[in-house]
Amino acid sequence: MVTAKAAAERRTGVIVALVLLVALLTLASLGVGPVRMSPVTVVKALFGGDSEVHRVIVQEIRLPRAILGLAIGAILGLSGAALQGLLRNPLASPSLFGAPQSAAFGAVLVIALGLADVRSYALPVAAIVMAFLSVFVLLVVAGRNAGLLILILAGLAISSLAGAATALAMNLSSNPFVALEIAFWLLGSLEDRSFRHVMLALPFIVAGGAILFSQRNALRALSLGEESAQSLGVDVGALRLIVIVGVALGVGGAVAVTGSIGFIGLIAPHLMRPLVGYDPAKLLVPSALSGAALLLAADVAVRIIPSTSDIKVGVLTSLIGVPFFLYLIVRERRALGGGVA
Amino acid sequence: MSEPFLTAEKLSVTLSRRGVLRDVSLALEKQRLVALVGPNGAGKTTLLRALAGLLPSRGTVQVGGEALSSLSLRERAKRFGYLPQGHMVHWPLPAWDIVALGRYPHGATDPGRLSALDASAVMRAMQATGVLEFSGRPATELSGGERSRVALARVLAVEAPVILADEPTASLDPGYQIEVMRNLRTAADNGALAIVVTHDLGLAARFADIVLVMQDGRLAAQGHPADALSETTLADVFRITAYRAGHENQMIIVPWTGLGPEFGPEPRPPCG
Repeated sequence: MVTAKAAAERRTGVIVALVLLVALLTLASLGVGPVRMSPVTVVKALFGGDSEVHRVIVQEIRLPRAILGLAIGAILGLSGAALQGLLRNPLASPSLFGAPQSAAFGAVLVIALGLADVRSYALPVAAIVMAFLSVFVLLVVAGRNAGLLILILAGLAISSLAGAATALAMNLSSNPFVALEIAFWLLGSLEDRSFRHVMLALPFIVAGGAILFSQRNALRALSLGEESAQSLGVDVGALRLIVIVGVALGVGGAVAVTGSIGFIGLIAPHLMRPLVGYDPAKLLVPSALSGAALLLAADVAVRIIPSTSDIKVGVLTSLIGVPFFLYLIVRERRALGGGVA
Repeated sequence: MSEPFLTAEKLSVTLSRRGVLRDVSLALEKQRLVALVGPNGAGKTTLLRALAGLLPSRGTVQVGGEALSSLSLRERAKRFGYLPQGHMVHWPLPAWDIVALGRYPHGATDPGRLSALDASAVMRAMQATGVLEFSGRPATELSGGERSRVALARVLAVEAPVILADEPTASLDPGYQIEVMRNLRTAADNGALAIVVTHDLGLAARFADIVLVMQDGRLAAQGHPADALSETTLADVFRITAYRAGHENQMIIVPWTGLGPEFGPEPRPPCG
């Protein structure tokens, strides 16, 4: 197959280019901030050379931030691609389904109830449980072969509920510091993260990513619809549960340390489809890489854009993501109008 | 007389407390093309799904001497090639990739990396349905007829001993309807048991060895087309009369008039 071979080569090229881009953006992320450093200085500082000040800035302040940006961007891109594959729907994404919002509520609840401090593992666990519940409830409410409209309406309902519950927790918290702490989850950010945060989130992100990636072939078979996939030997019920668990682990772990960062999961797979094709299995890795590139770029941008106070990266991704979502709606308008996809 | 390859005993399916399939028993041999006919809602699709083990049912199904319930999902998938009604493809995958998914039960999960054995099975299936020339084209760019043939090729590529096809001729022009039935006929002649749901009694009578007639979740009649599609059965089950004839030693059935008040008065025959 000449065309298949050409497509495979093209995909390899895209992946190599993305890896280079992610590496460059990581360097940029390590170099940008109040103290600007050239890539050469960054690399030197990273390996312990150069001045002690540079070493501390790069290794202890900026490296955790860059690692989180990379890992969280990647898991959001991967989750988006996996959910789109599972629902066979290009408008599926964790943030449209209220998963990060619900995860944020889980984290907020733990803090508001005074159950744990910000650096405890109770936080990611609560976030993961709520993320799982939100996606699970969404799929139960929307039904098995839900069209675009139903999914988006159900997602809207769930994210509104999570938002209201978070607001309630803020309302009821007597301590103003707690309210401030909670506000942080509503605006996702990568600022001032330490390796403690990396350790808190990374195991869940890696586990979620591995789980999602392991289902790639089943997701490809699912392109033919649930019945056909089942008849080919895919346990569709198990697949659905595994993907929800993977998304919940990844998104919950991410939200627990950065708050809700939306729309990366929606945008990343869309950017990749024209380049690597529509096969849900072949879309996973490129989507993860482009998600990482997007979040790293956004996190560099918030440090470069001149402003009096810091812009939160979650705000920036939403500002870019929502117009993109509107553009997708225009593109999918016919399917939406029909109510079925 | 060879052993039956696929048997069902007292197969029943209840969906939302309604008996959709009631005590269906059958025994079918290999190398047969079986047409499954019946009015809308008679339970044809449910019977196909229950035979393939795609929905929970009561009763027993045996395939090749083994109980369906004792087989893993993947082992079932190797035994049944299933073509659902409407056979949607949700992403614009190239035709080759779609057909190659037919090799999924055999462990070939990546269409880009097929073994020589799997690739030749895909090639054969695509040649049989005449879609090899579209290999690289995305499914969304194919016409309805071309897509149907790609879907059929996907099922043939499984090379399963039993093929279950749910209205594979729907939305095809007459030429392709005949092509699809010929492909299934060939598969049957090559050793498979092919069960085809169709509303076209003419195609059923002409191509099938055996016709199963369903009504209200039961088998109302079964046997050679001429017996199963008798005047009495057509009147009882479909509430129609039919014109019958023979052509090139094959049976022709054309549904003619509806019986009963719901069909209204007989229209004036067209002039000329």
